[in-house]
Amino acid sequence: MDYLLFVVFPYSCLVIFLIGSIYRYKNRPFTVSSLSSQFLEGKKLFLASQLFHWGLFVLFFGHLIAFLFPASVIIWSEKPVRLLILETTAFVFGLSAFFGLVLLIYRRLTDRRVQMVTNKMDFVVFIVLLVQIISGLLVAYTSRWGSAWFSTFLTPYLRSIFIFDPQIDAISSVTSLSLKIHVVSAFAIIGIIPFTRFMHFLVYPIDYAWRSYQQVMWNWNRKGIRTSKAHRVGPKSKNN
Amino acid sequence: MDIRSQVSMVFHLDKCIGCHTCSIACKNVWTDRKGAEYMWWNNVETKPGTGYPTKWEDQEIYKGGWEKNGNSVSLKGAGKLRGLKNIFHNPHLPVLDDYYEPWTYKYEDLFTAPEGDDQPTARPVSLVTGEHMDVKAGPNWDDDLGGSPDYARKDVNFKDLSASEQEVMFQLERMTFFYLPRICNHCLNPACVASCPSGAIYKRGEDGVVLINQQVCRAWRMCVTACPYKKSYYNWHTGKSEKCILCYPRLESGQAPACMHQCVGRIRYLGVMLYDADKIQEAASVNEDELVDAQLGIYLDPFDPEVIKEARKNGIADSTIEAAQKSPVYKFVKEWKIALPLHPEFRTLPNLFYVPALMPGMATVKDGVYEESNTQFLWGGINNDRLPIKYLANLFTAGNTDKIVEVLKRLMAVRWHRRQTTVGDVEQGIVDMAMGEVKMAADTADAIFRLTSLATFDERFVIPPAHREESIEMLESTADVKGSTGFGFKETPKRGW
Ligand code: SF4
Ligand code: SF4
Repeated sequence: MDYLLFVVFPYSCLVIFLIGSIYRYKNRPFTVSSLSSQFLEGKKLFLASQLFHWGLFVLFFGHLIAFLFPASVIIWSEKPVRLLILETTAFVFGLSAFFGLVLLIYRRLTDRRVQMVTNKMDFVVFIVLLVQIISGLLVAYTSRWGSAWFSTFLTPYLRSIFIFDPQIDAISSVTSLSLKIHVVSAFAIIGIIPFTRFMHFLVYPIDYAWRSYQQVMWNWNRKGIRTSKAHRVGPKSKNN
Repeated sequence: MDIRSQVSMVFHLDKCIGCHTCSIACKNVWTDRKGAEYMWWNNVETKPGTGYPTKWEDQEIYKGGWEKNGNSVSLKGAGKLRGLKNIFHNPHLPVLDDYYEPWTYKYEDLFTAPEGDDQPTARPVSLVTGEHMDVKAGPNWDDDLGGSPDYARKDVNFKDLSASEQEVMFQLERMTFFYLPRICNHCLNPACVASCPSGAIYKRGEDGVVLINQQVCRAWRMCVTACPYKKSYYNWHTGKSEKCILCYPRLESGQAPACMHQCVGRIRYLGVMLYDADKIQEAASVNEDELVDAQLGIYLDPFDPEVIKEARKNGIADSTIEAAQKSPVYKFVKEWKIALPLHPEFRTLPNLFYVPALMPGMATVKDGVYEESNTQFLWGGINNDRLPIKYLANLFTAGNTDKIVEVLKRLMAVRWHRRQTTVGDVEQGIVDMAMGEVKMAADTADAIFRLTSLATFDERFVIPPAHREESIEMLESTADVKGSTGFGFKETPKRGW
């Protein structure tokens, strides 16, 4: 069972994610974005979207740093005060994401106009996000000081997944159900990216920061056109 | 010098009859689709009025356009830092209600209603939700309401007119209005392009048309905020922004854009302008009262051998240069100096110029008698314009009253001259005085009159050949798509995720 959940499932998700997103990006670029509904309802969206996105934004990078540089987090968390600061901050952003999400769900369910641009996959998105955020908050609350123990249980497992040598001993020994759910639903999120509005965070327009403001594109070959002496003047279209 | 060519436009406001034919032509061709019902790439507003979307000119609300920042300009409500920071919620985005909720009628009820004492009615239903709705606003809701408290008096361009000046203008006998048709200006310094985080919007080098690549647009909606003219629209159904494309498929095949072709008043002119792209930033960054001159200074004389040489070096086709020499826009804007950009203070360097309306503001009624400006009062009409000069200046010259008066005088001089020619009831001395003051020769006045009143289709629209044989967007191989679905965008614009 654990093998299925922690090896087969993650790899399937990763494969689906890779193939699916590349396919969608290449062949269905028109659909690559989040179908924004701010135009239809902007007021309620403000608080909900800001809470949700900034919460997730910080948590995402927090998790990323922890997995990439576990040592740095361990060293930071050596002092109880600093551990407390880190954990509280994370929890606050977790709550922010949670309340943001609840508001978003409420808005989508109740606003007539927004309902018109809502589809089935949006509910899938809501459900996995709810599971993910609630389980995350539970882990943080019940199995306290994750930033101290994660390197024992999670890091070896995740590293083994990403170096294609899956070892599930560490994760299997975990007793916390919410932690297991948190891990599995994280992979589920990755897996459904190509089929949902999650796609939009892959195209966060970071290159805007360094591109020039104005963009001009030429369809003609600017030099070649000069030599087009042979340009035939056909019959002029009849306009009037 | 970096010479490029730009397809530009002139709208002659004295000739616009406010028929909205242009809007309908555009709607039928391009925006009669789900999610685009509320969009009017071409719309006609009554001025004074609040326009569409409501109060679009008020950048305190919408934060569109550029603002001067030292020797340069920066986007008012968007830009790199703001854009990336506000990506989760675009704070100044107009919402549907700032435009209006599009609707249709339940016509079927007229046939299926059960027999009864009342006439069956077709109730309005929303095109967004499909539910019954009470219509409260529309794209030209303030049509012809030139004196109304709800619309005309809320016109943003009255901002620096004193209360008493406004009172005078809204006296019943003095009330007046004119029409202002608007499309995308295909600006030289487009705020929409600059604000797009995904880089989906671009200006075409060949003709300067500004387009949004629907495959690259990621629905961040920054262009909607950034365009001070509110001419980039968000399609809520496809989740993409859309804007006027200047009917580029028509232009490429030598036809005039639909709105211009259909224009009943024949107020619209289209032609090429050659300009120096190196000067864009400089021209966009000068002080407000110099903006018009700075912008007009960018456009180059297509007869100047030096300009022709540089243009050729830059790959501008001879046919395009020739079109620039015949361009009616060049004549109105540069030679005759009677057309002005709309709201130059937005600093996008718009390429749609307006010949300001001389009438109806000029004619006055005193004690029930129609009064025209008389001989002792050469520019009397202008000074007593029912639309305060300051108001017109706020629209067309960024508040520079001298500039707008200059243009009105030139238009007036043409009238004096033509009146003398056709009716002959004006003293020659008066005409000479008028023409002398604006330094206009008789044949120029005749040319202005001709192009204004008698111009043929080919004089009004001088479209440069698109050179389909050399282009890409304009040139998918016809053989390849023979028997298939056609050119370009082939996906159904349907979103399920
Ligand atoms: S009018 Fe607006 S949409 Fe059109 S080019 Fe200028 S900034 Fe862009
Ligand atoms: S079709 Fe021409 S005359 Fe009629 S409203 Fe449009 S611009 Fe004015």
